[in-house]
Amino acid sequence: MRHLSDKALTRLRSGTELPDLGGTRYRLISQVARGGMGVVYAAEDECLQRRVALKVLEISGSEGDLPNRLMREARVLARLEHPGIVPVHDAGTLADGRVFYAMKFVEGQRLDQYIESQASTPDRLRIFLRICDAVAFAHAHGVLHRDLKPANVMVGSFGEILVMDWGLAKILADVLKPDPLEDDASIVHSSTDRENGTAIPATAISASTGHGSVLGTPGYMSPEQARGEIELLDARSDIYSLGALLRYLLSEKLPAHLSTLLDRSLEAICGKACAPAREARYSAVQEMAADVSRYLNGLAVGAHRESIFEKVTRLYRRYRFFVLLIAAYLVMRILLILLLKH
Amino acid sequence: MNKLLLGLLLGAVLGALDGGTAWFYPEVRAQMVGIIVGSTIKGLIAGVAAGIFARKVNSVPLGILFGLAVGFALAFLVAYLQHDHYVAIILPGSIVGLLVGYATQQYGVMPGPANAR
Repeated sequence: MRHLSDKALTRLRSGTELPDLGGTRYRLISQVARGGMGVVYAAEDECLQRRVALKVLEISGSEGDLPNRLMREARVLARLEHPGIVPVHDAGTLADGRVFYAMKFVEGQRLDQYIESQASTPDRLRIFLRICDAVAFAHAHGVLHRDLKPANVMVGSFGEILVMDWGLAKILADVLKPDPLEDDASIVHSSTDRENGTAIPATAISASTGHGSVLGTPGYMSPEQARGEIELLDARSDIYSLGALLRYLLSEKLPAHLSTLLDRSLEAICGKACAPAREARYSAVQEMAADVSRYLNGLAVGAHRESIFEKVTRLYRRYRFFVLLIAAYLVMRILLILLLKH
Repeated sequence: MNKLLLGLLLGAVLGALDGGTAWFYPEVRAQMVGIIVGSTIKGLIAGVAAGIFARKVNSVPLGILFGLAVGFALAFLVAYLQHDHYVAIILPGSIVGLLVGYATQQYGVMPGPANAR
């Protein structure tokens, strides 16, 4: 009797894992990413003749926690029509019983990869402001992302910024139709392995339901989220993640001579957003974005009380052109005076 | 900052500085205040003219040339009225015009379209 090689077994296993797209308008192209809840595939929408991304649950069946959560993620995304949020095109159940949804296929890079080529701080801050726009829009529609991190932001080939992976999104009460899944405290992590395995269990929740676990990326999760205090989560929890994201953008892969020049104002913005006590953080994403915009425009930021020296330095940076022009004029004038006197 | 305001401010600052350098000429030190005021007004006029020009013509060389011409004309007028210090008045005055002409072309924003009613 002949035995199958490991390689052949792996190929057979991957063949059976592939979703059955029979009866749908999609044709499978390749696997893009894999996560705790589902796998993302690139597929061709044969009707519209365009490429889409299919997020497919790994297990069959449309009943249960995971299928409901995937459908909920699709519904959350469908509600959030914004240029900074990946649009959903379709959702349903495949012939093999697996739940899926189709979304825009984003051709581009993850933010952490993209910024390696973007050395300038203002460029990074402008990217950050566009992320804030998308998150603020979601908050205005009663949705918290709860998993903001560089790996969950994509930069498209035309520079478009898209906030991805809304699998952990929380729908706030009073804004949308109550979601039975929000009643329990369990959270199932849905992020794909784009984060390269950095997502790890943070803490188990024993409160209220006693099942489920919190998963996230240490350093980007707010302390209350890491403690599993689901009922305390609000916009300030995402603001904490945005603060961590901003700190990452300002420090990661910056040339050494730039990273040491990180402005105190920017540090203060990060510090305020990432304050351990949520009362000390910005109360809204717009407030944080306004501070970053003020910094970009050479104005004083609300998060930092600057010293006289810092004020002068900031004003010099803002009006550098005028200062240099006047200095050039004065040099010329002094030379002229000396010339005429002799 | 729009181009007109930029020209106005820069012209005033450079004009005042220009007038202030009269302190280095002991023979006219007694008339310092009058010189500074006159020079500031001269800078203001050159700045406004350069600002208006920059709003109508978008060309750095032409802006520099226009500023230089206005600065020269104004300074020449002042020197002609005094019948003295031609070089000391005309040369810096022309350079003020040149700088303001350059600055209003290179920096400052164009006014936006008027709101439709």
